[in-house]
Amino acid sequence: MTQHPLISVKDLNVHIDGHHILKNINISIPDKSVTSIIGPSGCGKTTLLKTFNRLLDDTANVTVSGSVLVGDEDIYAPHAEVTHIRKKMGLLSQRPYPLPMSIYDNVAYGPRIHGIRKKSELDVIVEKQLKDTSLWNEVKDRLHTPAAKLSIGQQQRLCLARGLAVKPEIILGDESTSALDPISTHKIEDLFVRLKEQYTIVLVTHILRQARRISDYIIFVYMGEIIEFGPTEEVLLYPKEELTKQYVKGFIS
Amino acid sequence: MNIRIIKDKIIANAMLILSVASVSFVFLIGIGLYWRAAPLFEGHTLFSLFSTSEWAPSKGKFGFYPFIMGTLWVTLIAIAVALPLCLLMAIYLTEYAKPGIRKVILPLVNILAGIPPVIYGVWGIFFVVPIVREYLAPQFIEYSSGYTVLTGGVVLAVMTFPILVSIVSEVLRTIPKELKDASLSLGATKWETIKKVVLKRAFPGIMAAAVLAVSRAFGETIAVLMVCGNVPVAPTSVFDAGYPLPALIANNFGEMMSIPLYDSALMFAALLLFFIIFLFNLVSRIILNRIEYKFIS
Repeated sequence: MTQHPLISVKDLNVHIDGHHILKNINISIPDKSVTSIIGPSGCGKTTLLKTFNRLLDDTANVTVSGSVLVGDEDIYAPHAEVTHIRKKMGLLSQRPYPLPMSIYDNVAYGPRIHGIRKKSELDVIVEKQLKDTSLWNEVKDRLHTPAAKLSIGQQQRLCLARGLAVKPEIILGDESTSALDPISTHKIEDLFVRLKEQYTIVLVTHILRQARRISDYIIFVYMGEIIEFGPTEEVLLYPKEELTKQYVKGFIS
Repeated sequence: MNIRIIKDKIIANAMLILSVASVSFVFLIGIGLYWRAAPLFEGHTLFSLFSTSEWAPSKGKFGFYPFIMGTLWVTLIAIAVALPLCLLMAIYLTEYAKPGIRKVILPLVNILAGIPPVIYGVWGIFFVVPIVREYLAPQFIEYSSGYTVLTGGVVLAVMTFPILVSIVSEVLRTIPKELKDASLSLGATKWETIKKVVLKRAFPGIMAAAVLAVSRAFGETIAVLMVCGNVPVAPTSVFDAGYPLPALIANNFGEMMSIPLYDSALMFAALLLFFIIFLFNLVSRIILNRIEYKFIS
């Protein structure tokens, strides 16, 4: 890799309800780029993504072993503080889940939790994040209406703005466009490409064309193991492993 | 016509008739109560029945104000005691408790719901009444018998708590995990997430549960009757005795034919209770719709 890694996973194993979901994961995800995790349904893509911000903590019967370094901090170290870790990563889920409050309050939610109280400061953050996600012109006249009133594509961009408002280093996307129409999908993809200048982006997707369009690196996961990892063109066009070849050609899904 | 289609129509209509019939009970009961209470309206204005306090059936004086107030005091105390505690318990059970603990506690709570009211009444007399008389009331006033609206409210709170806990838990369980994850992934703690996101989203449901609990509490008779003193004077503090409407009816039903108009007065008490519950449900329905529109839409 030319770029230095931001997330380094070492010997990661995850068991849920006695099932071995992730097996001996070792991977380094490069900084300031888009990395897509691809693989068939149920292969552990989403679980891998969730280990990055410890969202598995609240699931019952989960054991995680190994280490995940973000920067040089081991987020599974005993003293690691989970809110601090999560603040470093914005999460964009499959469907938009706006918080039950106004558009403004959605974006201001994170900053408020982390101690910003002044309205003038919040105003600046809200405007900047909504502009960064190309929402500002669409919503600036109705910032105080419920976020649930927005279209689903707008809601997803709002969720992205909400995540960016806590100044993360990493954006995690879990099939973030799977509920969206083609135009909204396109907008989100554009945003990812633009945002990788400032952020490290890790996406889970099962749309190969999407992975090809926007990602710099691809991780192919199959049955809980990483089969192949490399630059997008290499993995998709000249896969080294037989399994990757079959998946890319559509023989396994 | 095809026999199968005829069957289909018969079934659909039968179900329609049953549904309409069951709903019509509401109106039939209302009309029936009004009809039996009507003699009372000759010689008494509706307003005077509501607003006067003198209760002397043998003299033909029927003031319902103390009973209305007694009902409201007991019910409001009950819900004020039960709601916050149930909310905390439901939050604990759905968000914090390990599945093992939840599996033990929820069935036990449901057993509480099955205990007959009269047992709660006895428990109130032997446990809550002495506590109020010996320990609680002396902190504030000189003497209380222990048979107070507070006692009634506490007993009623314990009785409503199982249903409230199970409905509120159910409501909290419907909040999507992804919504909580969204808040957590921004670095919020679990408690912040519950306070600012889960409770806000669940608010309409929690209110609906409270409405249901209050509606039930209004009508609870025997346990309340046993512990709240039954003095026909409007309470002015939580340590006063009260006399809720259901207790009035149950206590005097046996002798209602002995005094002229007494039977009509008791039927009017029933009508009043019916009307209070009806009005309460109507108003809360309207409020709930507003809230839902505002938060969920």
